[in-house]
Amino acid sequence: MKDVIIGLEVHVQLNKLNSKLFCGCSTKYHDSGPNTHTCPVCLGLPGALPVLNRTAVEAAIKVALALNCEIAEQTLFYRKNYYYPDLPKGFQISQYDYPIAIKGNLVIEGDGERNIRIRRVHMEEDPARLVHKGPIEKSKYSLIDYNRSGMALLEIVTEPDLRSPKEARQFLNKLRNILEYLDVFDGYLEGAIRVDANISLTGGARAEVKNISSYKGVEKALSFEIVRQKNLMRRGINVVQETRHYDEARGVTISLRTKEEEKDYRYFPEPDLVPFKAKEGVPKIKKTLPELPDAKRRRFVEQYNISEHHAKVLTSEFKLANFFENVAGKVDTNQAATWIADVLKGELNYRGLGIDAFSPKHTIQILRMLREKNITEKGAVQVIRALLDEGGTPTEIVKQKGLLKVDVGEIAKAVDEAIKENLAAVKDYHAGKDEAFHFLIGQVMKKTSGKADPDAVNKLLREKL
Amino acid sequence: MMSVSEIKRRMEEESAEETIQSLFDKIERSKLNAFITLTKEQALEEARKADKNGTRGLLGAVPIAIKDNISTKGIQTTCASKILKGYVPPYDAHVIERLKAEGAIIIGKTNMDEFAMGSSTETSFFGPTRNPHDLSRVPGGSSGGSAAAVAGGEVPIALGSDTGGSVRCPASFCGVVGLKPTYGMVSRYGLISYANSLEQIGPFGCSVEDVALLLDVIAGHDPRDSTSHVMKKNRYVDELKDDVSGLKIGVPEEYFEGVDKDVDNAVRDGITLLEELGASCSEVALPHTKYALASYYIIAMSEASSNLARFDGVRYGLRLEKDKDWHTTFSEIRAEGFGEEVKRRILLGTYALSAGYYGRYYLKALKVRTLIKQDFENAFKKVDVLITPTMPCAAFKIGEKIDDPLSLYLADVNTVPMNLAGVPSISVPCGFANGLPMGMQIIGGHFDEGLILRVAHTFEKHAGVA
Repeated sequence: MKDVIIGLEVHVQLNKLNSKLFCGCSTKYHDSGPNTHTCPVCLGLPGALPVLNRTAVEAAIKVALALNCEIAEQTLFYRKNYYYPDLPKGFQISQYDYPIAIKGNLVIEGDGERNIRIRRVHMEEDPARLVHKGPIEKSKYSLIDYNRSGMALLEIVTEPDLRSPKEARQFLNKLRNILEYLDVFDGYLEGAIRVDANISLTGGARAEVKNISSYKGVEKALSFEIVRQKNLMRRGINVVQETRHYDEARGVTISLRTKEEEKDYRYFPEPDLVPFKAKEGVPKIKKTLPELPDAKRRRFVEQYNISEHHAKVLTSEFKLANFFENVAGKVDTNQAATWIADVLKGELNYRGLGIDAFSPKHTIQILRMLREKNITEKGAVQVIRALLDEGGTPTEIVKQKGLLKVDVGEIAKAVDEAIKENLAAVKDYHAGKDEAFHFLIGQVMKKTSGKADPDAVNKLLREKL
Repeated sequence: MMSVSEIKRRMEEESAEETIQSLFDKIERSKLNAFITLTKEQALEEARKADKNGTRGLLGAVPIAIKDNISTKGIQTTCASKILKGYVPPYDAHVIERLKAEGAIIIGKTNMDEFAMGSSTETSFFGPTRNPHDLSRVPGGSSGGSAAAVAGGEVPIALGSDTGGSVRCPASFCGVVGLKPTYGMVSRYGLISYANSLEQIGPFGCSVEDVALLLDVIAGHDPRDSTSHVMKKNRYVDELKDDVSGLKIGVPEEYFEGVDKDVDNAVRDGITLLEELGASCSEVALPHTKYALASYYIIAMSEASSNLARFDGVRYGLRLEKDKDWHTTFSEIRAEGFGEEVKRRILLGTYALSAGYYGRYYLKALKVRTLIKQDFENAFKKVDVLITPTMPCAAFKIGEKIDDPLSLYLADVNTVPMNLAGVPSISVPCGFANGLPMGMQIIGGHFDEGLILRVAHTFEKHAGVA
C-alpha cells in the first residue's frame, strides 16, 4: 500500500469586500450583465494604476490570524508575467517573496484530529472570466467578462500534509467554515473557490492538478489521480512531474505540460505599488476577530451541555451555529441540539438546502408542541417536511394534517375496542407471545391514525390486559 | 517662441479664438511634424467659450500641447505607435484634469519616440519630428514633439515625460526650458508607462517662469498613484527670485567626460556666471556615475517588457484582419504593431528578468541604483545644487545615429542618473554652437524644485541666451 501525499493551493475570493483589490469597482456583480463592473484599472487600460484596498489587506490578515500564521513585518506585491486573454495587463499582480503571512496550521477532524500545516498565505488579483460558446475545443471564439477582473484573491498553500482525498475535502470544508465565520467569504457564489492540488504516491513524481472549482471536485479529481498514478506504477511506467487539468464534466485529469515546459513568470516587484508594513495592523485586527469554530464548539459543549458530536455539527457552519443559539435560549438545549443537528440538518441536506431555508421561530414552536406532548415525534418530522416543501406555519400544518395528539380518553376507548375485536391476540398475549402485544398496539395506533402517544398506548394496553 | 504672458496679452488684444486659430494656421503650414493629433475643433470651441464667458484659473485659455503618451479623454492617444493608432482613452490623466481645472486649452497631442523609447523622436510610427533650429536635425527625444512645438512658436507650453532624460534632452536640443520633477511630485495616473519606477511627467516652456507655472498646475498628491507624494501645495512661480548669493554649486567632473568642447565651454561659462552672481563652486564626486547607464537600461527595459505586455489587441488598439488562435493572433499583432526599438527593448527586458538572469541583471541594477542614490545624498550634504551639461552634444542629424542604438543610448549618460535617484533636474539653454542650442542641467535634492527653478531663473535673467 503506497502512501498518498497531497498539498493544496486554495484560491478563495474575498467576495464579501465592497470593492476590488486595486480599484473602487463594486464586487457585487453576480446578478449583473457582463462588463458592467469595470474601470480603467481593472480593464488594464494604458496609464491606469493600481491602488491597494486597505480593507482587503485587513481581511487577509484576519484569515491569516485565524490560520495561526505569522504575519510579515513588511510585504510587497510582484508582477507575475504571462499572456492569457483573461489577463488584461499581460501580468497578474500577486505576491512572491515576502508574502503577507507564513507558517500557520489548521486542525481537521477526520478519524481523530490531524494538524495540517499552512506554508503561506498571499494576496493577488483575480483575472477576468472567459466564456466559451460550446465546449472549449470546439468553440470558435471566447467572450471575456471583466467583472471578475481585479477581485481580491487569497492563495492559501498547505504543506504536503494531507493523506487522502477525503482529508483534502475535510480541509476545504473547515477552511470555508473559518472564512465564513470571518465574514470575508460567501462560498455559494460563482468563482468563490478554486483549488490546485499537488499529489504523489511514495516513490513517484508529483502531479499538479489545476482548475478544480468545487468542493466535491477536489475529492473526485484526487481519487482519479490516485488510480491513474497507481495504474502507471503497477505497469512499471514512471509517473512524470507534470501539470494536469481537471475536466469537471468528465471527472478526469488531462496532461497540460511537463516540467520541461514549465513557464517562467519573470516575477519582479510591482513598481506601481509601495511595500507596506503588515504587522503594524495586527493588534487592532486581532480585537475584531470573531469566535472561531473550534472555540465555539468548546463553548457549546460547556454552556449548553450538549454532546461533542452535536456541538461539532452545529458549529460546522457559521449560520447553523447562530441558528442553534437563537433556538437554544428558548427551549431545552439538548432537545434543540438533537432536532437541529440530526433531524432538521438531515432534511435540509436531503433537499440540498442551507439553514436559511428554515426559521428559528418555527423550530421553537415545533419543539414546544413536542415538549407539551401536543404532537408526536413523528408528527414533528412531518411538520418540518411540510414547512420545507409546502411552506405555511407549524400551527396551520398541525391543524391541516390533523397531527394534534389524541387525548387519554380516546386512547382508552381505542384500547377497549382493540381488545374486544382481537380476542385471539389477547389469548396469545396471555400465552406469552410478545408479537401479539405489538399487534394490539398497532391496532390502537391505527384507530387513532397514529396520533396517539406510543408511551400512553403501551401503558394503558398493559393495564387493560 | 512666445511666453504664457505674451499669449495672454495677445488674447486680450484680439480674442482667444483668433490667437488659437493663428497657432493652428502656423502648425498646418509647419514642417516640424511636432503633432500627431490636432484638436482644432474642441480647442476653438473652448476658446470661443472663454471669449464669451471670460477665463478662469492659472492657465485661463492658455493653449498647451500634450505628449501623446498622456491619456486624454476622447482624444486619440497613440504613444506614437501603430499598435495604439485609433485608441481613444475613456478617461483623463491626472495632469489633464488639473490643466482643465486651471482653464488650459489642449491644442493637440505631440510626436515622440515610440512608447518614449529613444532620444531623437525618430522611432515614431508617424515619422520623425524636425528641429526648428535646423530642419535636418533631430529635436531630441523622446518628448521631441513637445519641445519642438514650443521652440517653433507653435504653442507656449507643453507637457512631456522624462524616464531617462526625455524632457531634458529635447529641451537642450531645441533651446527651451524643460524640467523633470522629483519622483512622486506629479501623478503618473494616465501616463502610459514605459518604466514606471523612473518616469515623471514634466513641463516645457520658453522660460523658467512658464515651467514653474506649469509645474504649479500639475504637481500635487493624487491618491490614484500610490507612488505620488503627499505634500503641501507649492506656488513655485511666486518664489522665483533673481538671487544665487551664498549658493553652493557642485560640479561633478564625471559629467564632463566625453562632452563636446562647445558644450563643455558653454556650461563652464554658465557656472562662472553664477559665481559672479554670488554663488560658490566646488568639485564633487559621484563615483558610481559610470554604472548608471547600464543600470538604467536594465531597469527600464525590464519594466517595459512587462508594461507593454497589455498591448495584445484584445481590448483596444491594432487588430489584424483575421483572428487566428490566441497565441498566433496576439503574436502577429505585436509583431506588426511595435517598431524595431520597442521590440529590441522588450526582448532585452524579457531576457533580463528571466529565471537564472534576474539576479545577474535586474537585482544587480537595483543595487547600483541604491549606490547612485547614495552618491547624490552624499553630494547634497556638501552642496545645494549640481550643474552639468544636459547632453554631451548639440542636436545630431536625422538618420545619423538611428542605426546604432548603442551610441544613442550613450547620449543619455548625463540624464539617467537623476531618474535612478528620483531627484529633480532642469535643463536651461546656455548658448549656441554653430546655430544649435545647448543645455545646462541644474540638479537638486528631492523636492528641491523651488531651489533649482530659482537658480535656473537667475541664470536665464543674466545669461541672455535667446
